[in-house]
Amino acid sequence: MSFPWAEEYKPKSAMMQWMDDRLPLPRLVYGAIGAGYPVPRNLNYFWNFGVLAGLALTIQIVTGIVLSMHYAANADIAFASVEHIMRDVNSGWMLRYMHMNGASFFFIVVYIHMFRGLYYGSYKAPREMVWLLGVVIFLLMMATGFMGYVLPWGQMSFWGAQVITGFFSAIPLVGEPIRELLLGGFAPDNAALNRFFSLHYLLPFVIAGVIILHIWALHIPGSNNPTGVEVKTESDTVPFHPYYTAKDGFGVGIFLIAFVVMTFFAPNFLGHPDNYIPANPLSTPAHIVPEWYYLPFYAILKSFTGNFLWIDAKLWGVIAMFASILILFFLPWLDNSPVRSAKYRPTYRMFFWILVADVLVLGYLGQAHVTSWVVLMSQICTMYYFAHFLIIVPIVSRIEKTLPMPNSITEAVLSGEADEARPIGVAPTNPAHPDPVKA
Amino acid sequence: MTEAVSEDEGAVPDVRRRDFLNIAAVTFAGVGAGAVVIPLVNQMNPSADVLAEASIDVDISAIESGQSIKTSWRKQPVFIRNLTAKEIAEANKVPMSELRDPETLADRTKPGKENWLVTLGVCTHLGCVPLGAAEGEDKGPYGGYFCPCHGSAYDTAARIRKGPAPLNLVVPPYEFGTDTKVTIG
Amino acid sequence: MVRILAFFVGLGFVAALIFSIIVTPFASTEESVTEEFHKQPKTLALASDGPFGRYDKQQLQRGMQVYNEVCSACHSLNLVNFYSLEGLGYNEAQIKAYAASHEVPGLDPDTGEPTTRPGLPSDHFPAPYANEIAARSANNNALPPDLSLITKAREGGAPYVYSLLTGYTAVPADLPAENRPGTGLHYNPYFANLNLAMAPPLTSEGQVTYAPGNPKPTVDQMAKDVSAFLVWTAEPKLESRHAIGWAALAFLLIFTVLTYLSYRQIWAEKKGK
Repeated sequence: MSFPWAEEYKPKSAMMQWMDDRLPLPRLVYGAIGAGYPVPRNLNYFWNFGVLAGLALTIQIVTGIVLSMHYAANADIAFASVEHIMRDVNSGWMLRYMHMNGASFFFIVVYIHMFRGLYYGSYKAPREMVWLLGVVIFLLMMATGFMGYVLPWGQMSFWGAQVITGFFSAIPLVGEPIRELLLGGFAPDNAALNRFFSLHYLLPFVIAGVIILHIWALHIPGSNNPTGVEVKTESDTVPFHPYYTAKDGFGVGIFLIAFVVMTFFAPNFLGHPDNYIPANPLSTPAHIVPEWYYLPFYAILKSFTGNFLWIDAKLWGVIAMFASILILFFLPWLDNSPVRSAKYRPTYRMFFWILVADVLVLGYLGQAHVTSWVVLMSQICTMYYFAHFLIIVPIVSRIEKTLPMPNSITEAVLSGEADEARPIGVAPTNPAHPDPVKA
Repeated sequence: MTEAVSEDEGAVPDVRRRDFLNIAAVTFAGVGAGAVVIPLVNQMNPSADVLAEASIDVDISAIESGQSIKTSWRKQPVFIRNLTAKEIAEANKVPMSELRDPETLADRTKPGKENWLVTLGVCTHLGCVPLGAAEGEDKGPYGGYFCPCHGSAYDTAARIRKGPAPLNLVVPPYEFGTDTKVTIG
Repeated sequence: MVRILAFFVGLGFVAALIFSIIVTPFASTEESVTEEFHKQPKTLALASDGPFGRYDKQQLQRGMQVYNEVCSACHSLNLVNFYSLEGLGYNEAQIKAYAASHEVPGLDPDTGEPTTRPGLPSDHFPAPYANEIAARSANNNALPPDLSLITKAREGGAPYVYSLLTGYTAVPADLPAENRPGTGLHYNPYFANLNLAMAPPLTSEGQVTYAPGNPKPTVDQMAKDVSAFLVWTAEPKLESRHAIGWAALAFLLIFTVLTYLSYRQIWAEKKGK
């Protein structure tokens, strides 16, 4: 795989040679994230987010395993056991806040990673499989995040479980039995809490497994780059190590600073006060909202208010919410523009930024108090969301007039250097990182 | 690391400076990772609520001579035994040279209260609860306690006399509040 | 083929949404009465605020005294253990004595009957009511919430608690009849639906006698102190959180600068190639 000029692994000592003959694990690592993986030399900072997502998952798994040593998955004591972690366990408060905020950071990083893929056309051939596996990871993350949020058994945990399992009751005929099957009862209780805990512990390891496939699939064609132009010669690439390990190290530093600021100085900023009230099956909080990372999808769910055709509004909402993620699976075939990067696709680029704004607005609407304006706005934004992927992108990819592309990555980099020489303006500071939007 | 050699700077100092920076960055990463391990391991130590279960009060007025009770301190069994005069005499008769873990009965009790033997009910071999505290249990060949797991036998001062256990049953910290009340811990 | 299918699926969603817009009556929202009279919390400055925040232990001790003498008649503090009071600056002997001054539920060692015994440091603050039913029956069917996490479990946090305690006013003359407090309810504009089952708990200066050297126990001061205490009960580890946070941040800043320099150094070699 990869390119013919890829550095070959050479064992440095007799022991490593012995190892290489029997279990070539160092060779695998060397080829995957070492000097043996040639990477386009022009990747910008948006390419840091894959590694950061891996770091976020690691933080979640490590803190999660440790927290599970103290957490008790029993509806009677789950809430108290979380408070026991916060009050009595040595450093428990830190581990719990890291896990809480780590989930948010995982989603922030993954959302940026996904939008980067959308902007630079990383989902296009020959990287469709990378994208598909990424969407699978995203779905698994959403399931894991939801079940994790149920575990503290606060008011939002309980009512979140109630509402989300309620989606399934929208399915005609079998909906109600499916919901009872998922909950192990008629409302969330011990049975549901225990199975959510079990799956919440399991799924991150499934995610880790799919990530391995995701990276494997990535290494067949190699990384995309801001120009979207395929690698042609050796001069287009640099070895992953030390060039991108160094750059990722810097990215990790910035990420951890942001993470520490949130975890230690505003740990409850992204949470909801109601989840510090123990679950009460007899009283619903005035204003139920999911965690912020589900808000755009929650807004889509709520925006269908009419029984259109033979499908009622509730089912429309649930179908649309699931469809809003599932259509991502079809994206590589919906967009058949031969040009990858939005840098050279002015029309697509415009719609891309509208999509970003649309999703942000949907996120805002997802948590807003339901008024007629909010409903109308989310209907319009939801309409755009579906139109973007299902109608606009396929049409744009057919009729758009794209800009001339550089012949090679090296050419783009050199023109970036000429750019740098200019005395004024927002010129890129490093020739290897031309500004993605300019050029 | 790379074969590329800088052309526009002096080769030797450049290499040193570069190496210094890289080594410093990697060292910092290592130190950071090490620092993170501390809370991850320390969380397994006894938590504040466990440590707070410091002391218990036991009423011993109902224990008659020759009887003993089991109670629990920090989730460990504690034996409180009211020794008979005969048992005290037996314990005092044993020469120190015969003991694996030499201690007199007086070392193991409070002055003036030599008949009250307070020990943890945890065999010093591998932690089983020895028999002999409850009515009708096998007190073993030395009339004290007998651990059924691996056959350690303790005498009437709860000192190890036979079997694999290395030490006498542990005497926890305790005080007599009144003549009938013991505070353990 | 995929694109043609997608086009129609897309049209389907758009049509369903347009239909939704048509059938949903648009009601321009008027501010409800409760929103009109409801007030945002007053500002409350506490020593624990901000990234450098530390607890004012004297204030926490006063706040606990207020909780003890006033709030604890109805409100529990179920999640707080006596031993954790060392965070308020008490020593072991003081905590032991303080715990022993509370009667906690226990069992009679001879009969097994439920009874009470003096508290130990390992005990939690005893609740004023045995269970929810007892609490409701004693309070006109209102449930006094547990206060352990109250400053984290309410929008607005400690300022909200402080505002609520000091915010009881006479019912405004222009308040519509259906929003006027019923029997057993009290008007308080800081409470979401304006009428609160809790009677004004802090009513007169000197309701609690502070030890010499402390500020005068005005209603405002007592409300501030108990709010500060409730910040502590909700977040007892705040001080170590801030301390560790700063240490981690300092470390990471150096780390990030080093990685940045190292990154630039490594990439400098690629220049002009």
